[in-house]
Amino acid sequence: MTNDLMLDIRDLTIHYETDSGVVHAVEGLNLQLGRGESLGFVGETGAGKTTTALGVMRLIPNPPGKIKSGEILFEGEDLLRKSEAEMRKIRGAKIAMIFQDPMTSLNPVMTVDKQIAEMIKLHRSVSEHEALKQAGDMLELVGIRRERMHDYPHQFSGGMKQRVVIAIALACDPALLIADEPTTALDVTIQAQVLELMKKLKERFSASMILITHDLGIVADICDKVAIMYAGRVVEYADKRSLYTNPLHPYTIGLFKSVPDIDEDVDELPVIPGLMPDPMDLPAGCAFHPRCSMAEERCAKERPQMCELEPGHFVACPVRVGGRGPSPSGMLGKA
Amino acid sequence: MLRYILRRVLLLIPVLLGVAFCVFTLLYFTPGDPARMVLGDLATDEAIKEFRDKEGLNDPFLVQFGNYVYKAVAHGDIGRSYSTKRPVMTEILTAFPYTLKLSAFAMVIAILIGIPCGIISAIKQYSWFDTVTMIFAMVGLSMPVFWLGLLLILLFAVHLRWLPSSGFSTFKAMILPSVALAAQSISMVTRMTRSSMLEVVRADYIRTARSKGQNESIVIGVHALRNALIPVVTLCGLQFGQLLSGAILTESIFAVPGVGRLMVNAIMTRDYPMVQGGVLFVAVTFSIVNLLVDLLYAYIDPRIKAELK
Amino acid sequence: MMNEIENGNEKIVPDLAKRKHRGPFMEVLFRLAKSPLAMFGLAIIALLVFCAIFAEVIAPYSPIKQDLMHMFETPSAAHWLGTDEFGRDILSRLIYGARVSLQVGFIAVGIALVVGGMLGAVSGYYSGWLDNSIMRVMDVLLSIPQTLLAIAIVAALGPSLMNLMIAVGISAVPTYARIVRGSVLSIRSMEFIEAARSVGSSDLRIILKHILPNSMAPIIVQSTLGVASAILNAAGLSFIGLGIQPPNPEWGAMLSGGRQYIRDYPHMTLYPGLAIMFTILALNFLGDGLRDALDPKLKR
Repeated sequence: MTNDLMLDIRDLTIHYETDSGVVHAVEGLNLQLGRGESLGFVGETGAGKTTTALGVMRLIPNPPGKIKSGEILFEGEDLLRKSEAEMRKIRGAKIAMIFQDPMTSLNPVMTVDKQIAEMIKLHRSVSEHEALKQAGDMLELVGIRRERMHDYPHQFSGGMKQRVVIAIALACDPALLIADEPTTALDVTIQAQVLELMKKLKERFSASMILITHDLGIVADICDKVAIMYAGRVVEYADKRSLYTNPLHPYTIGLFKSVPDIDEDVDELPVIPGLMPDPMDLPAGCAFHPRCSMAEERCAKERPQMCELEPGHFVACPVRVGGRGPSPSGMLGKA
Repeated sequence: MLRYILRRVLLLIPVLLGVAFCVFTLLYFTPGDPARMVLGDLATDEAIKEFRDKEGLNDPFLVQFGNYVYKAVAHGDIGRSYSTKRPVMTEILTAFPYTLKLSAFAMVIAILIGIPCGIISAIKQYSWFDTVTMIFAMVGLSMPVFWLGLLLILLFAVHLRWLPSSGFSTFKAMILPSVALAAQSISMVTRMTRSSMLEVVRADYIRTARSKGQNESIVIGVHALRNALIPVVTLCGLQFGQLLSGAILTESIFAVPGVGRLMVNAIMTRDYPMVQGGVLFVAVTFSIVNLLVDLLYAYIDPRIKAELK
Repeated sequence: MMNEIENGNEKIVPDLAKRKHRGPFMEVLFRLAKSPLAMFGLAIIALLVFCAIFAEVIAPYSPIKQDLMHMFETPSAAHWLGTDEFGRDILSRLIYGARVSLQVGFIAVGIALVVGGMLGAVSGYYSGWLDNSIMRVMDVLLSIPQTLLAIAIVAALGPSLMNLMIAVGISAVPTYARIVRGSVLSIRSMEFIEAARSVGSSDLRIILKHILPNSMAPIIVQSTLGVASAILNAAGLSFIGLGIQPPNPEWGAMLSGGRQYIRDYPHMTLYPGLAIMFTILALNFLGDGLRDALDPKLKR
C-alpha cells in the first residue's frame, strides 16, 4: 500500500552532548510515512518525539545536539546530505512544522500577517502586497477574520494563536506537515476545534502528516498509522486499526491499559511500573525490559529488531515475535 | 498614546517638585549664611541684614521654598551664583550644550560598539571573541572613569601626542573625553545585549522563523534582534543618566566647560544656588530622557503599546 | 529544653541533606567554588580585607609621614611602588587606603541595605497608601542620578569619611528598596506565608523570619555589586575633593593628587588606579558568580 514513500527514516541516532553526559535522545530509529498518510507518533514526554521531528527539519540545536548517524530520505533524497541552503528551500516549502506552544511560537513584535507573509515570500516569487493578501486568505482559511491580520500575537487567545501557527505552516502548501503536540497547551474545548481544523485542512491540502502526541485518543481521531516510541526508538508500528485492536508490544499494551475506559468500572488504573529510563544511561538490550512484565533473560542482552509480525504490523520485541526471532527480511527498512 | 504622554508629563511634576524640595532642604540646612557668602567677610552687619530682608532669607522655610519654586516656574529664575553674580540659569544654559554633547557622544559610542559586540558575543557564545569581549566588558565596568581619563591622556596626549588633553572645541578634542565617559556604558550595553540575545535566540519563535526556511542572518538580525533590543533600550535610558553624572568627573579631568565642571567649581566655592540649580537641572534632564525612553519602549514593544491604548 | 529539640533537629537534617543534596547553602558555595572568576574575586577581596585589618603590620612605612628627602621616587627596592610628592610610600598608602575603601564600601551598603531593605519590606508587605508614599519618595530619589545625589549630599554635609559613607549609602537606598519590595511582593502571596499568618504569627515575625530570608538571593547579589559601586562612587567623590581629606590615604584622593604630576611621574596615578580597578573587578566577578550560583536557571 505504501510503496510510494514520502519519508523514510533509517537508523537515525541523535545525541545531545552536555557537560554532564551524552543524552541518547534518539537511538537507531526507523520510521516510514507514505504519501498522503498521516502518522500518529506516540510516546511519553522525553521519548525523543520532538527531537526526531527537529531532526527531520534539521533544526536540532547544535551544540549540544548532534545527528550521529542514519538517513532521512524525503521523497527519495537524504536530507542529512543536503547543504544548509538546500535545506532552507525545503523547510517551510516542502516540510512545515507546527510547534507545541502557540504562546511562544509567534514573534511578539511582528504582526501576524507579516509572519505568514514572510513564509510566502520566502518560497514563492510574489510581491510584498500579494504575499500579504495571501496571508489574509490563509487567516480566513483557519477561521480568523481578515480584519485582524494587522494584530500582534498578544492580541489573540491561545487557540487563535495556534490557528495562526497552522496558517503559517500551511501557507506554502507543504508536502509534509509535522505537528508537535499542537493541542497540548490548549483548553480541552479549543483542542477539539483545532484538531477538527487540522483534519479538514490536511485533506484539503492533501499533505502527509506526522502528528506527535501522547494522547491515543487524538491519534484514533486523525491518523491512519501509528508509531509508538519509547526511549529513543520506535517499538511498534502499524496501521491504526491493527494497533488499536491488537497491540503487540508490552509497552503499547501498558499504554492502552492506563487509558481510562468509560464503559469499564475499575478501582485503579493499571500503570506501567517504574519510570522512563535516564536517557544518559539507557539499559542494555531492550530499553523497556526493566519495566516489562514479559521480560526474559535475552531482553537484557540483545537489542530487539523490528519484525513484521502481521502484515503491516511491526514490533520490536523478541518475546512477542516468539521463536521466529528477528528475521532481517522483516526489518522495517525493507518496505 | 497622546493621553499616555500627557499623563506621564503630569506625573513628572510631583517628582520634580520632590527633587526640588530635597535639594532645597539639603542646602537650606547647610551651615553658612548665604548673605555672608554673597557679600563677603568685610560686609557690615547692616548690609547683611538688608540683604537678608531683600532676598527673603528671614522668611519661614516653606515660604522660601514656595518662592523658589514660584520663581523657577514663572521666570525660570533659580537664583544667582554667589561667585559670578550671574543668574544660575544663564550659567547652566551656557554650559549645558557641552555636557549634552559629551553625554550624547558617549551614548552613541556605547551603542555603536556595545550592541554589535553583544550580538556577536551571543551568536558565537564561548568563542574566543566572546571570551575576550566579556573580559574587556568586565574590565571596562570596573574602571573608574577618572582613572581611565588620566590613562588616555597619558597615552594619547602625553606620549603619542595624537590628541589634545583638554578642551572640547574641536572634534579631536572631543574624542578622549567621550571615550573615557563611554567605557562603562559600552560594557553595560555589551553585557546586556549579549544576555538578552542569548535568551531570545532560544525562544520558540526563533525556531518558528528557522522552520520557515528563513536564512540565519534574517533570523538573527530581524526576529531575534528586535526582541533582544527591548531591554537594551531601557538600559540605554538609565545609562544616559549615568553619563550625565559621569560627565561631572570627566569634565573636570578634561577641562570641558560643561555643567559638571560648573558644579564641581560651585561645590568647591560653596556656591550653593549653583549646586542647587545644577542638581535640579540634571534631574529634569534625566527625567525627560527617561520619559522619552519609555515612549520609545512603547514604540518598539507592541505589547506595551497595546496596554496604552 | 529548646536546645534539645534544636539538637534533635540538627541530627536529622544533615542526614537527609547528605542523602539528597548538600543543603541550599552548601549547594550555593559548591557552585560558587566551581567558577574560577568568582574564586579569583574572592581571593582578591580576602587579600584586601587582610591588608585592611593588618595594615599597621604589613605596611612598610607610615602612610602620612612625609619624607622630603625621597620625593617622586620611582619604584625601587626600598619603595616598591615609589613615593609621592611628599615622599610618602605609595604601597603603604595603598594598604591603608584599602581600609578606607572597604570601610566606605561595606558601611555605605550597610546603610543602604538597612534603610532601603526596611522601606522596601514595609512597602511590599503593607501595600496601600504606605507603599504608595514610600515608593513615590523613592521615585524622587531615583530621578537624581546616583553619583549626583551623593555629590549633593556630601556638598551639603561637608566632606568627611562619615559623611561620605552616609552620602553614598543614602544615594543607593532606592535601589535596595525597590529590589526588596519586588521580592517581598512575589513571596508575600505564596502559601507558606498564608500558613504562617493562619497560625497567628505577627507581621514583624513574618517579615523577619519568612519573607526576608526568602528574598535573600537578589539582595546578596545586589549588595556585592553595590559594594563595588559604592567604592567607585566614594573614590570619585574623593577625586573631586569631596571625600576623604588629605593627608589621609584614600585611593581616589591619591589619584587626584598624582594627577598634576602625570606627565613626569605616572606611577603616582597608575597604582592607585590599579588598586581601585582590581577591587571593583573582584567584587564584580564575585557578584556575577554569586548570581549564577544562587540562580542556576539564569546561567547557560
